[in-house]
Amino acid sequence: MPKWFMPLVGINAVMFAAAPFLIARADYESTMGLVQKIFYFHMPSASMFLLSAVVCGIASARFLFGGSPRQDRLAYAAAELAVLFGAITLVTGPLWARKAWGVWWAWDVRLTSSLMGWMVAWAYLLVRKYGGPGSDKLAAGLALFGMANVPFVYISVNYWRTIHPKTSVVPTLPADMGAALWFSFACFLLLFILLLRVRVHLEEQRAKLDTLYLSLDD
Amino acid sequence: MQRSLPLLVLLLALFVSGPAVGCGAADDGPAAAQQPQPQPQPAPPAATDEFVPISQLPAQDQLPAAPLLVTAYAFVWLALFGYLVSVGRRLGKVQREVDRLESDIARGTRT
Amino acid sequence: MIRTAWLILRKDLTVEVRSLEIAYTTLFFAVSCVLFFAFALVKEGKAPEDGAAGILWISIAFAGTLALGRTFERERQSETLRALLMAPADRPAIYVGKLLGIVALLVAAEVVLVPLVAILFQAPLLSHPFWLAAVLISGTIGFAAVGTLFSAMLVRARSRDVLLPVLLYPITVPVIIAGVRATAELLQPDGELALVRFWVALLLALDVVFVTLALWTFEPLMTD
Repeated sequence: MPKWFMPLVGINAVMFAAAPFLIARADYESTMGLVQKIFYFHMPSASMFLLSAVVCGIASARFLFGGSPRQDRLAYAAAELAVLFGAITLVTGPLWARKAWGVWWAWDVRLTSSLMGWMVAWAYLLVRKYGGPGSDKLAAGLALFGMANVPFVYISVNYWRTIHPKTSVVPTLPADMGAALWFSFACFLLLFILLLRVRVHLEEQRAKLDTLYLSLDD
Repeated sequence: MQRSLPLLVLLLALFVSGPAVGCGAADDGPAAAQQPQPQPQPAPPAATDEFVPISQLPAQDQLPAAPLLVTAYAFVWLALFGYLVSVGRRLGKVQREVDRLESDIARGTRT
Repeated sequence: MIRTAWLILRKDLTVEVRSLEIAYTTLFFAVSCVLFFAFALVKEGKAPEDGAAGILWISIAFAGTLALGRTFERERQSETLRALLMAPADRPAIYVGKLLGIVALLVAAEVVLVPLVAILFQAPLLSHPFWLAAVLISGTIGFAAVGTLFSAMLVRARSRDVLLPVLLYPITVPVIIAGVRATAELLQPDGELALVRFWVALLLALDVVFVTLALWTFEPLMTD
């Protein structure tokens, strides 16, 4: 692991420990009260979910057209993180929605397309695991279609009448809420980078194992 | 990988069912209290109900927010922690295998 | 390139017409699907209100998945896919040829399914035939575009029968949603055609995106 890794892990841990204080200090939102504070982790995880899908898509394209195994490892790692952050988003969202909207789930565009994107990430992992030879390319093709979904998820809430809040809410946040949000966002972004590095390292070790086995057969 | 997927599913199931149970218990009360009265009345008669609503707000506003909030943050921590454990385990397994192979090669033996 | 695509389409149609195996089995499966839904959802002789649109599209999706699997299984068994890939033909042309074959098969199935659903669910599916045709054809192209690509990719993979739906259904969710919403709107007695036009426009946009992506990735995905 590179030299910058452990210090950044330490910094990230401290940031995550500090985040709840910032979140607690932020003002209450008038209509939703306490439950709105889920927002400070829900929105960054959603952003990381979309970011993972984009990273996976770009790496998959580079793998398909360039053949670099490094890109393939990056794509696999990013897909797993997409499942992780997508799961966090899809659980924290309904928990908030239960109080804010009165229902656990609504079939509006934002939620439906996010769920669909999450399922594509799961499908990627299933293909890699059970697809047999050639599954790396198969999954790469799938990831490209999944990435096409990401801009749709983002803008869906601005162009359709949805129950989910629009993206225009974020720039209008008052200072203390904005501070809590962007600090949490930074926490999650750093976490994403660190988790990606760890997961790629796992793939690199697996590749090393494969080369070792192959060299034994000679 | 094999262990992380069931773990994630289990976590998901636990933390979606947790608040579901908690909130189900919370809003059964007001809903049940309103059932015996077919016409809307400003104040329910105290004698007939097992449960007296504390306010006239709709049932969803009487949901306590704290269990939802705590569950949400708990899920985030557990999911991230569970993922780290899963990657750590897989990495340890592969690392042990790599070390074993490397020492075998160094000693000049075949597995 | 068009000539190649046309040749492939003709080859597929010729092979199919000889035995009509895939056509009959896909059609039978689609009809049984619709009947299954009818038995499951019809209560006291009445069908659920918006049921017809959803049931039609689900049956098309299921039958389409089956048809895709069977078509490429046949290619795999006679190793014709490898022969096609070795031939001096444009790879994208091969994709287009196969896509058109699948679309033709599905449209043939829809010609039978639409009246059947209309009868079983008492839905006025034939009130706006032009728009219904537009919705069905653009939706079928979108579904088949992704399906043909993934089936071709999966020909040499393990667990290919189970993986095709796993890969296909999440990606085609927007197509199905648009198709169902457009069909449901067409079934309303006072349905707004403007809304239907919107959904058809969305379907066409999805078709363009999916076919473009598929053409772009077909070559690297099919080479070892």
